[in-house]
Amino acid sequence: MRLINRSPSRSGWLALAVLPFVLLLALYLTHSAQRLELNPNDKLLPSFGQMSAAVERLAFTPDKRSGDYLFWQDTASSLKRLGTGLAIAAVAGLCLGVAAGTLPLFAAPLSPLLTVLSMVPPLAILPILFIVFGLGELSKVMLIVIGITPILARDLEQRAREIPRELLIKAQTLGANTWTLILRLVLPQLMPRLLISLRLVLGSAWLFLIAAEAIASTDGLGYRIFLVRRYMAMDVILPYVAWITLLAWAMDYLLRCLTRLLFPWYEGAKA
Amino acid sequence: MSDKKSEAGAFIQVKNVWQQYGDQVVLERLNLSIAEGEFCTLVGASGCGKSTFLRLLLGQEAPSRGEILLDGQPLADEPDASRGVVFQRYSVFPHLSVLDNVTLGLELPRAPLLGRLLGRGKRDAREQAAQMLHKVGLGHALDKYPAQLSGGMQQRLAIAQALIMKPRVLLLDEPFGALDPGIRKDMHALLLELWRETRLTVFMVTHDLSEGFTLGSRILVFDKPRIDPHAPGAYGARVTYDIPLNDGRRAPAAAGPFRTAYQGA
Repeated sequence: MRLINRSPSRSGWLALAVLPFVLLLALYLTHSAQRLELNPNDKLLPSFGQMSAAVERLAFTPDKRSGDYLFWQDTASSLKRLGTGLAIAAVAGLCLGVAAGTLPLFAAPLSPLLTVLSMVPPLAILPILFIVFGLGELSKVMLIVIGITPILARDLEQRAREIPRELLIKAQTLGANTWTLILRLVLPQLMPRLLISLRLVLGSAWLFLIAAEAIASTDGLGYRIFLVRRYMAMDVILPYVAWITLLAWAMDYLLRCLTRLLFPWYEGAKA
Repeated sequence: MSDKKSEAGAFIQVKNVWQQYGDQVVLERLNLSIAEGEFCTLVGASGCGKSTFLRLLLGQEAPSRGEILLDGQPLADEPDASRGVVFQRYSVFPHLSVLDNVTLGLELPRAPLLGRLLGRGKRDAREQAAQMLHKVGLGHALDKYPAQLSGGMQQRLAIAQALIMKPRVLLLDEPFGALDPGIRKDMHALLLELWRETRLTVFMVTHDLSEGFTLGSRILVFDKPRIDPHAPGAYGARVTYDIPLNDGRRAPAAAGPFRTAYQGA
C-alpha cells in the first residue's frame, strides 16, 4: 500500500502522537542524569527533583524579601499585560478591518497604510516606545498592541472583503443602512474569524511580551527568566518555559472552544 | 411603434437604456414598459445581458445611458426595500437562524440605530416572520441555521425573506438553477401561488426555457441582433422577442398575441 493511503488506527494515532514527547523527555533525562553523575553541581540540565525544588521555592514559599509568591505574581502581571494588549488590539483590529474591508472610502486611505505598518518590525521600535511611554506598563502593552493590531486588521479586512456581495445587497433590500448593515451582517460574520486570528497571533503576542519584560520590568514571567539567566538557573528557566507554553496552549484551546460555543453556525457555513 | 397609452400607465418604463463597460456594449437601446403585476421571465444565451438588466433594475448598477422609471419616478441608484431579490447562491445570512433571517427584514427598517428590535416589537416581528415561513413551508425549521437546510429550503427561505418586506418588485436571478428538477417543480408552484396572492411584479432570469415559458406572464428574450466578428464587444444585446404568455393566468389586457420587439429601433 502506498504511504499516502496508510493511516494509523485510533490507538496507533494516540501512541504516535505521544511518541515524540516521550523521546524528547527520555533524551533530556538520560543526558541530565549523565551530567549530574559527573558533576552533582551541574546547572545546565537539572533533574526533575531540582526543578520541582525551584518551583516549590518560587510558587509555594513567600519571597524572603517581599513576602510575595513570585511565580504567581509573575504570572498575574504577565497575563494582565498580555490580556490588556490582546483586548485593545482585538478591538482596534476589528474596527480598522471592518472599516477598510466594507467601506471603499475608508479602504482607500487605510489599506496601504496598514500594509506598510504591518511591515515595521515591532521590536525595532521598542526603544521608541520606552522613550515615548516610559518604562511602565504602558510601553509593554503598547508593544503588543502595535505588534499585532496591523496583522489582525489586515486579516479581518480580507475576510470582510470575502463576504459575498450578494449578502450585502440583500441586506440593503431588507432596509439596512450602512451602520446596521455592519452591525447585523459584517460584525457577526467577522467575530468567529477574529477569534481565529487571535489564536494565530497569540504566539507573536507572547514574543512581544517576553521581549518587553526582559528589557525593562520588575516582574513578569519574561523578567524572571532573564533575571535568573545570570545565575545559569536552568532549574527555574525550564519550568517557567513549560508554564508559558502551557498558558499559551490553554488560551488557544479556550479561544477554540469559545468559537464553537458562541458561533455554532460557523463550521457549517464554511462548507 | 410603441403604444403611448399603455406606456403612460406602465409601472416600470425602460427608456433607451444602454449599458457598457469600457468598449464592451452589453445592452443597447432597451425600451420596455411593464405593467404592475406582470411576471416577466428573462431568457437568452449566457453573456447576453439578462443578469445585467436585473442588476440595473435592482439599482446595483446605473445604466450608461437612458433611464428606468418606477411608477414614473427614476429608479433609486442603490438597492433598497422597494425591490426584493433572490440570488442563485448567497441569498441568506449564514449566521442567523431561519427565523432571524426573516425577522431581520422587519427589524432593519424600524431600528436604524441598533439594527434590532427589543421586547414587544421583537416578539411581534418574530410572529409575523414565523407566519411567512409557515407559508413557504419552513414552519418546522425555524431554529435551524441555513447551512443545515437543503438547497431548495434555502431558496424558500430567501423568498420568504424577500417577501416579508412587501416589495413592489421581486427580482430573481436564476433562483432555481442549482436545484433538482423535482424540487424545482415544487418551487415553481410555490412561486406562482405567492405571485397570485401578492400581485407582485416579478422579473426572473433563467437559463431554462421551459421554466421561462411555464412561469411567466411575459417572456423577454435577450439576444444580440448584430454581431461584428472583428469586434465582438461593439454591439450589445436587446430584447428580440417579447411574448405574452399564459393569457388565462393573468396576462395584461393590452398585450397582443405575439410580437417581435425591436422597440425604438
